Amino acid sequence: MAANTHYEKYRSNGTLLGNALEWVDARFPATSLWKAHLSEYYAPKNFNFWYFFGSLAIVVLVIQVVTGIFLTMNYKPDGTLNAAGIPGAFASVEYIMREVPGGRFIRYFHSTGASAFFIVVYLHMFRGMLYGSYRKPRELIWIFGVLIFLCLMAEAFMGYLLPWGQMSYWGAQVIINLFSAIPFVGPDLSLLIRGDYVVSDVTLNRFFALHVIAVPLVLIGLVVAHILALHEIGSNNPDGVEIKKFKDEKGVPLDGIPFHPYYTIAHDLPATVIFLFFFCAVVFFAPEGGGYFLEYNNFLPADPMKTPEHIAPVWYFTPFYSMLRAMVWNFFWLDAKLWGVIAMGGGVVILAFLPWLDRSPAKSIRYRGPIFKTLLGIFVFGFLILGFLGMKAPGYLFFGQGWLSGDVIAQIFTVYYFLFFLTMPYWSKIDKCKPVPERVTFK
Amino acid sequence: MKKTSAIQFLKRLAVTALFAPVAAFAAGGVHLEKVPVSTDQKNLQNGARLFVNYCLNCHGASAVRYNQLYKIGLDEKVIVDNLLFTGEKTGDLMTVAMVREDAEAWFGTVPPDLSLIARAKASEAGSGADYLYTYLRSFYRDPARPTGWNNTVFANVGMPHALWDLQGVQTLEETVGEDGHKVQKFTLSKSGSMSKETYDQAVADLVSFLVWMGEPDAGSRKTIGIYVLIFLAGLYLLTHALGKNYWKDIH
Repeated sequence: MAANTHYEKYRSNGTLLGNALEWVDARFPATSLWKAHLSEYYAPKNFNFWYFFGSLAIVVLVIQVVTGIFLTMNYKPDGTLNAAGIPGAFASVEYIMREVPGGRFIRYFHSTGASAFFIVVYLHMFRGMLYGSYRKPRELIWIFGVLIFLCLMAEAFMGYLLPWGQMSYWGAQVIINLFSAIPFVGPDLSLLIRGDYVVSDVTLNRFFALHVIAVPLVLIGLVVAHILALHEIGSNNPDGVEIKKFKDEKGVPLDGIPFHPYYTIAHDLPATVIFLFFFCAVVFFAPEGGGYFLEYNNFLPADPMKTPEHIAPVWYFTPFYSMLRAMVWNFFWLDAKLWGVIAMGGGVVILAFLPWLDRSPAKSIRYRGPIFKTLLGIFVFGFLILGFLGMKAPGYLFFGQGWLSGDVIAQIFTVYYFLFFLTMPYWSKIDKCKPVPERVTFK
Repeated sequence: MKKTSAIQFLKRLAVTALFAPVAAFAAGGVHLEKVPVSTDQKNLQNGARLFVNYCLNCHGASAVRYNQLYKIGLDEKVIVDNLLFTGEKTGDLMTVAMVREDAEAWFGTVPPDLSLIARAKASEAGSGADYLYTYLRSFYRDPARPTGWNNTVFANVGMPHALWDLQGVQTLEETVGEDGHKVQKFTLSKSGSMSKETYDQAVADLVSFLVWMGEPDAGSRKTIGIYVLIFLAGLYLLTHALGKNYWKDIH
């Protein structure tokens, strides 16, 4: 809190409320927190559409935490069969849906929130790539962000087991088995995660514990670290220039405006309402999200004796799932399955190295050259195709054409995904950038 | 100029990628017929009657209570007089008395609970309702099966044709069409108590009821949703105006 201490303490105006505030502020950094993070945190005035998704991610986090608390009041992590032959956990979800007053909306908010979280976070990350927000001096903000993304994946994966449907069960079975590909410790590790030799009531109970308390605690801690680091350095902007270079006599950046109220109320509040409009449109009119947000197969209770024909993770994992499946060769004495796990994990971890891979003189796409724009375009296209293919069974053919084999295309885009990052130090340096202005552009 | 063309390119790529799934859906499996799902209480009540008489002996609907049926217009007395046969109370869940081990021995598998079946059977090929509608009209005689019944939608299904006395007995004829594809055709070798049209309507009612059971309050969810969206649209206008007012002094 050292950075906050130079703010003047609140002085009472003599009223009772004023006196109380002065008393509190003398003992707690209320004024300094408020000023450092809101009313005197100066953000660039040229934020655009892409800058909504950070605050929207917080909105979704709050939705998930609040609805999650209410769900736990009636949900039972019970994998044993009830008198009607339905697993307790599955039955308790339907109980929430049908008999708990308002339960169906709480549940749909939570299930839609999971998908919304990833939509918002993917767009938030893409913003970082567009404007070079990960570049020096914001490396640590970005790394905290990648850790948040990892946590979010763990949180979503464990949460997905809880309704105890067929996809919950078999998805968990497949993903936990992946850990067994790790040399030496793998089999023991997957046993440790599962707590049993197959996914069972034991697994369900520990995933419940991790989903509702352990991972959210870490997640919220990381979000705080992410924001503290951001406020220490200051926000990047669509021009990728540092607004702290030019300050007035009071030390306020010339292109900066107070975060509160200009961004909180004037910018992010209407955006939040628009977001909620689309969010509620899904919750109230299409809560299954066309089978992508709530998978059809998950309306069948988990049955350990019946393996579904096609097991696919939920849409937000499918790009990385495609990378896993793309690895079909044994090389360097390592098994293809292990390469798959390395590709899947590496696909996320490699993001953390972005600040050091990018050597471009310009941060923002506005001033970067044609090489970056082309390669990034293909990168986005490839990532979407990987995501699409991850939802399909292996052997998928585009337009039913033999020469458009989905398996081969997934391999091509997996290789491209990694080459995009690994060759970045080279191509980002030789790209023809435009001159970067000193100040932000603002109309 | 150059910047806009690059953005255009990105946009086009994104659009292509987004719509690739739609364009690339390859038709697979059986063709499902569209069912006219009804939310009319008359149809739902008829569906409920068929469900209780023909399905509930083996399949449970253990997420649904009998007295939930007041939502489709049945009052307590009607439920007691017409739907409760073995001393259940109206607040009971619609479960079956059959022992799971027996079911497994008789059918080779435990008949699934039908509370959510209409939601679970949706796929790329069509809605869950379409699946059930086609399935319940596709049973045919097959002496090779232990139950004597088979189904073109669900090959080698463990379930016998529960509605056969209504539909009659179908036999399957397979011919090879001009384009070399197999053509499957049903013929009614023994007629049931219903005509084809009446039977199709009865199945449609039954399927409508199964859809209703999947989420009994889906109707009110949408009604509430309209108010929520209207509220949010109004709130947006207010917050937008507020925001604009704040931004007036930023140059």
